[in-house]
Amino acid sequence: MYKYSDFDTAFLAERNAQFRAQVERRISGALTEDEFKPLRLMNGLYLQLHAYMLRVAIPYGTLNSAQMRMLAHLAQRWDKGYGHFTTRQNIQYNWPKLRDVPDMLDALAQVGLHAIQTSGNTIRNVTADHFAGAAADEVADPRPYAELIRQWSTDHPEFQFLGRKFKIAVTGATADRAVIRAHDIGLRLRERDGARGFEVLVGGGLGRTPMIGQVIRDFLPEADLLAYLEAIVAVYNLLGRRDNKYKARIKITVHENGIDRIRSLTEAEFARRRPTFKGADQRLLADLYTAFAPPALRQGDTTAFQRARDADPVFRAWSDTNLSAHRSSDHAIVSISLKKPGATPGDATAAQMRALADLAETFGYDELRISHEQNVILPHVHRADLPALHAALRDADLATANIGLISDIIACPGMDYCALATARSIPVAQQIATRFETLKLEHDIGPLKIKISGCINACGHHHVGHIGILGLDRAGVENYQITLGGDHTETAAIGERAGPGFAADEIVPAIERLVHAYLDLRTSPEETFLHTCRRLGLAPFKAALYPAQTMAAE
Amino acid sequence: MMPKAFTPKVVTANDLLLGDVIYMAADGTWVRSLAQAEIISDEAEAQIRLLDAARQQDRAVGAYLADVTAGTRGPAPVHFREAFRATGPSNHAHGKQAETHDV
Repeated sequence: MYKYSDFDTAFLAERNAQFRAQVERRISGALTEDEFKPLRLMNGLYLQLHAYMLRVAIPYGTLNSAQMRMLAHLAQRWDKGYGHFTTRQNIQYNWPKLRDVPDMLDALAQVGLHAIQTSGNTIRNVTADHFAGAAADEVADPRPYAELIRQWSTDHPEFQFLGRKFKIAVTGATADRAVIRAHDIGLRLRERDGARGFEVLVGGGLGRTPMIGQVIRDFLPEADLLAYLEAIVAVYNLLGRRDNKYKARIKITVHENGIDRIRSLTEAEFARRRPTFKGADQRLLADLYTAFAPPALRQGDTTAFQRARDADPVFRAWSDTNLSAHRSSDHAIVSISLKKPGATPGDATAAQMRALADLAETFGYDELRISHEQNVILPHVHRADLPALHAALRDADLATANIGLISDIIACPGMDYCALATARSIPVAQQIATRFETLKLEHDIGPLKIKISGCINACGHHHVGHIGILGLDRAGVENYQITLGGDHTETAAIGERAGPGFAADEIVPAIERLVHAYLDLRTSPEETFLHTCRRLGLAPFKAALYPAQTMAAE
Repeated sequence: MMPKAFTPKVVTANDLLLGDVIYMAADGTWVRSLAQAEIISDEAEAQIRLLDAARQQDRAVGAYLADVTAGTRGPAPVHFREAFRATGPSNHAHGKQAETHDV
């Protein structure tokens, strides 16, 4: 893992001291709210419905146990005993008090964490594949590049006042687990003729106008990465619209100008800027490769794993859903679900965070990841340790076997917390998960991604859910619109709206009808919900959602 | 078109230090419970109270007028957003619903 240099530590200490002074000046009355707001937002502090909210970046989703324990400490000392992991690999604290925030930031700095640029019109937390460094399908670990981007983008003087926020995601794998096609810039590591480089996508994004990113450069040599990123953001910074907030993201710039024009402007800018990168970035990158060197995986017999599978059906069910292929066949990637039916997706208590830190230390080479799907990952676990790990997870109430299934729902905080929300998300997620738990259908249904947003800004990624749910305010009443056929992976697609929305008490039965329709329509249990959608189109699903209207039309 | 008739309002904001939802009472002080908020039925009066609130930068952030109806236990929220602000989130018993007394 990357360890802060003296420069990083000094930079963060200075920045935190500045913010402490800004908070004091706000409290003393020397700063008005209008003056203070942009300053607090640059440091991740929002004012939400019921309280302030501090959003802490977890760069490329990677934590060690000391960092996880510090996140637990913040939850316990300055919040209400829990934190909320988000769809952009951040953690949010929902109840901090203004006076306490500088202390929280100082505590985070002790373990190399910060909240800088988790808000505002800047380059946000760089996200990555949560299986990075462990996945079997990976060209290389993308995190050295992600850390390079973090350092380059943090406090970058040219990019502190962009037209709108700017999000970058990176993966080193063929399978896209980082939703790179729905980011302002998506990067996919690849190799060509023995050289490493990136496929660069630009102009993806969800929100009011969902777009799938387009390829701006098929193969960018790795040494050109920062100069090329700088060229893209510089072109956007000048060309992007500032007259209308809803047309200010780069996806609109790309859409209005066309990818070819954006590409030629970027290439021209790149040609100008490339000579100014004289190799410091490449020397740093060489150090970062070392920092992110994989742990020395221990060798050992794995028969204990198979024995436990044969003996314990609960362990078998968990290992069927929550394990993924590690590049080393005697290890596994363990996904720990924060989606126990009835729980708030992405919430973890301080006790759970500490338990996760302990388990990472005992079984996982001290590494943890936070996924954009709001779960926690132990990226390297020897298979012989899995039965003991599972037992410990059961003790901590963290052994829910539902990764990738219908109750593994992404949900934004929605109107339970968020000042921008138009409806609640969390209760809908809770009710769907609880309902399908009762029906005992989850494993029969198989892979199914439900994603819920409480407003058009789409933090809950509803457009790319197999089933997307968007909460709206219709004449003062919560109303939920369904989209179908979305896909967040390398075959990314924006879901199509199914029809009129549903009232809060109608949405769970509507989802149930949809799922029963799928079970009737699929050719075999191997045909997933998404494949069935693609094969048949939406018509049979619409018929299930709106039976009365369909019958009336016949 | 006739201008829309003025409907009863309360002045509400977030507390600077706690971030908590606050309301303006009849005596001009800030209270934490919607039940103790002043219901303002006159439009001009509402605007004056709002200007007064906006000046109190050391206490209140983002003051605005929220619709209410006069109920038996004081003002009742019209919109569900204001209902959540008055009580707290629905997934945890935190916020105002967990408080047994007014500060």
